[in-house]
Amino acid sequence: MASTTPTQIDTAPPVAKSGGSTGRAGDKIFAGLSKGSGILLLVIMASIAAFLTYRASIALSKNEGNFLTTFDWNASANPPVFGIAVLLFGTVVSSIVAMAIAVPIAVGIALFISHYAPRKLAAPLAYTVDLLAAVPSIIYGIWGALFLVPQLNGLNLWLDEYLGWTYVFDKTQVGVARSLFTVGILLAIMILPIVTSVSREVFLQVPRMNEEAALALGATRWEVIRMSVLPFGRSGVISASMLGLGRALGETMAVATVLSPSFLISGHILDPGGGTFAQNIAAKFDEANEFGRDALIASGLVLFLLTLLVNGAARLIIARRKDFSGANA
Amino acid sequence: MKLQRKNMLRASALGALVVSGALVLTACGSDDNTKTADGSAKPSAAAAGDIKCDDAKGKLLASGSSAQKNAIELWIKNYMAACSGVEVNYKSSSSGEGIVAFNQGTVGFAGSDSALKPEQVEESKKICTGGQGIDLPMVGGPIALGFNVAGVDKLNLDAATVANIFNDKIKKWDDEAIKKLNPGVTLPSTAIQAFHRSDDSGTTENLTKYLKATAGDAWPYEAAKKWAAPGGQSASGSSSVAAQVKQVDGAIGYFELSFASSQNIKTVDLNTGAAAPVKASGENASKAIAAAKVAGTGSDLALKLDYTTKAEGAYPLVLVTYEVVCDKGNKAETLPTVKSFLNYAASDAGQKVLLENGYAPIPAEINTKVREVINGLG
Repeated sequence: MASTTPTQIDTAPPVAKSGGSTGRAGDKIFAGLSKGSGILLLVIMASIAAFLTYRASIALSKNEGNFLTTFDWNASANPPVFGIAVLLFGTVVSSIVAMAIAVPIAVGIALFISHYAPRKLAAPLAYTVDLLAAVPSIIYGIWGALFLVPQLNGLNLWLDEYLGWTYVFDKTQVGVARSLFTVGILLAIMILPIVTSVSREVFLQVPRMNEEAALALGATRWEVIRMSVLPFGRSGVISASMLGLGRALGETMAVATVLSPSFLISGHILDPGGGTFAQNIAAKFDEANEFGRDALIASGLVLFLLTLLVNGAARLIIARRKDFSGANA
Repeated sequence: MKLQRKNMLRASALGALVVSGALVLTACGSDDNTKTADGSAKPSAAAAGDIKCDDAKGKLLASGSSAQKNAIELWIKNYMAACSGVEVNYKSSSSGEGIVAFNQGTVGFAGSDSALKPEQVEESKKICTGGQGIDLPMVGGPIALGFNVAGVDKLNLDAATVANIFNDKIKKWDDEAIKKLNPGVTLPSTAIQAFHRSDDSGTTENLTKYLKATAGDAWPYEAAKKWAAPGGQSASGSSSVAAQVKQVDGAIGYFELSFASSQNIKTVDLNTGAAAPVKASGENASKAIAAAKVAGTGSDLALKLDYTTKAEGAYPLVLVTYEVVCDKGNKAETLPTVKSFLNYAASDAGQKVLLENGYAPIPAEINTKVREVINGLG
C-alpha cells in the first residue's frame, strides 16, 4: 500500500555502508572519526561493565545469603547478608503500574494532538507535555511526598472498598499512601512526556494517502485512526513505551522520596513497603562502607541486565510486527 | 467621579505605605538600640578572645555526620571570623562517609555519630603514620520523639512503650499502656503510624542502643544502623521523617531535636523512673551525658553512655558525636589548623554555642580530657 512512501520510521538508521568513498581527504577523515567514535563508545561501555562486574564479584563472593532470594539488605554487617528479591519485585511492579497508567493516556494525548485538536491548541499542548520532561525528578519527589501522597488516601480507600476482592487492591495496613502504587502513579506522570512526544511524531508520519483513502471509503475519523493510524504507529508506540519503561525502571530520587521502603514482598500494592533497585542504592550508599558499595554495585548490575532484557524483548516484538505496519516497505 | 475616586484610593494607599514603612523602620531602629545597649559586642569579643589561631593557615577539609552539621557550621563561622586566612570546610554527609574519607586521607578530621570500630581503627593506621584514629566527643544532643496526634499536646512515654510502638505491638493511640502513662489526657483511637529511617543511620543506632538498654524484652533486636523491627513506615533522612510526622495524623518518629524545633513538632517527654517525665532539651541531654564513662583506651575518648540513668531532669535518649583524628601522624600542613579549630570547639565558648542551639555540651570532666588530648596531637 505504502510502498512508494519513503519514511524513516523503524528502518535501520543510515549508518555504516561505508561503500562509495570518493577518495577525498574529507571523506576519509570523517569515516575515520566516526569509526573511532564508535569503537571508543564500545571500549568505554566494556570497561564500565568490566569494572562493575569486578566490584560486584567481590561482594557476591562474601555474601552469606542467597543473592537472588534473600529478603534483606545488610551488606555492612558482619557477615554480610543481602539479596535482591524485594528490589526486583518492587522495580517490576512499580514499572508495570506506571506503564499501565501512562501508555493509554500518552497515546490518547498523542492522538488528540495529532488528529483531533485544533492547530491553535495542539502546539501549546504539545509544548506543555514536553515541558514535564524538564522537571527534575527530585521536584517530582517533593511534589509527590507533600501533595500526591495525602491526596491519594481517598483513591486508596475507594479501591480497597470496591476492588479489595482482587487481592492486589486489598489494603491491609493503615497508613498514608507511601506505596508502590503511588510510586507507579508518580512514575507514570514522569514518563508521560517521552511516550507522548514519540507517539505523536509517529502518528504525524502516517502517510497522508492512507488516511485519505480511508476517508474516501467513508470511514469516520475514529475509523481512520483505528484502520490506518494505529496499525501504522504500533511499533513506534511500542518503542516509545520502552523508552518510558527505561526511565521508570531507573528512576531514583522521586521513588526514594515517596516510597516507604521495607524489605517485604507484598502483593497488596496499596500497602506501604517494597523497594526498587535505584531507590535502595540512593538510600544505602551514604552509610555504606567499601564492601557495602560493592554490594550496591552488584544490585545495579542486575538492574542493568533487567533493562537489557526489556530492550531485547521490545526489539523482538517490533521486529515481528514490522511486516504488518506500513512503516517499512 | 471615577478619576476622583482613583486619586483618593491612590492617596490613601500612599498614606498607608508611609505609615507602615515608618513603623517598620522604627521597629528596626529600636531593635538595634536594645542590642547595643545589652552589649552586642560581648559575645563576639568573648569568642574572638577564646580562639587561638596559633599557626593555623590554609584550607582544612572535614566531612561526616549530618547530626552535628549545625554545630560545626557555627563553630566554623566564628572561627573563620577570628582567624583570617584560614578556611575550614565541613562536608556534611554521613558518619560512614566521613570515616571512609578519613581513612582515605582526604580530610583533616571526620565527624561521626558512633565511635570507630576495631577494623576502622586498624585501617586508620595506614593514614596516621605511627599512630591511629581516635574519637573525641565534641557534640551531644537529644534525639527527640516527635508526634502528631490531633488534640494531644503533651505525651509521656517510657522506654518499653516506645519499643512496643515502634515494634508494631501497640497499634492505637488510646492503648491502655499509653493511657496509663498519661492520666488526664484524652487520647483518640487514631491508628499509630510509626516512622523510622529507611537509610542506615547513626540516629537509628543510638535510638536502638537506648531501647536495647532500657526496654527489656520489648526490644529484642540488636542495636544497629539499619532498622530491624518489622512494620511501621519509613522515610529517608531525618528531615523526611520529620516532614512525614508533621504531615500525618497519628504519626510518631525520631530525629535530632533541631528538626522538631524548626518545624514545631511536639516531642515526647520520657518517663525514665525519675520523679517527673523529662523533656527533650539540650540541657536535659547534657545531664544524661554527664553520667557517661570514657570507654576508649589511651587517648581515645569514646564514651559509654548510661541510658538507664534515673537522675532528675536527665534525658537519656541522647547521641554523642565525635571528631575523628589521628593521635599521631596527622598531616603536617593541616595539623596546626586541626589543633586550633578543635581547641576552639572544645573551649568553654565553643561548647556554650551548642547549648544555645539545641545541642548538648560535653560534661566538663570529659571536656577537660578532650582538651588535653587535642594539645597532645602530633
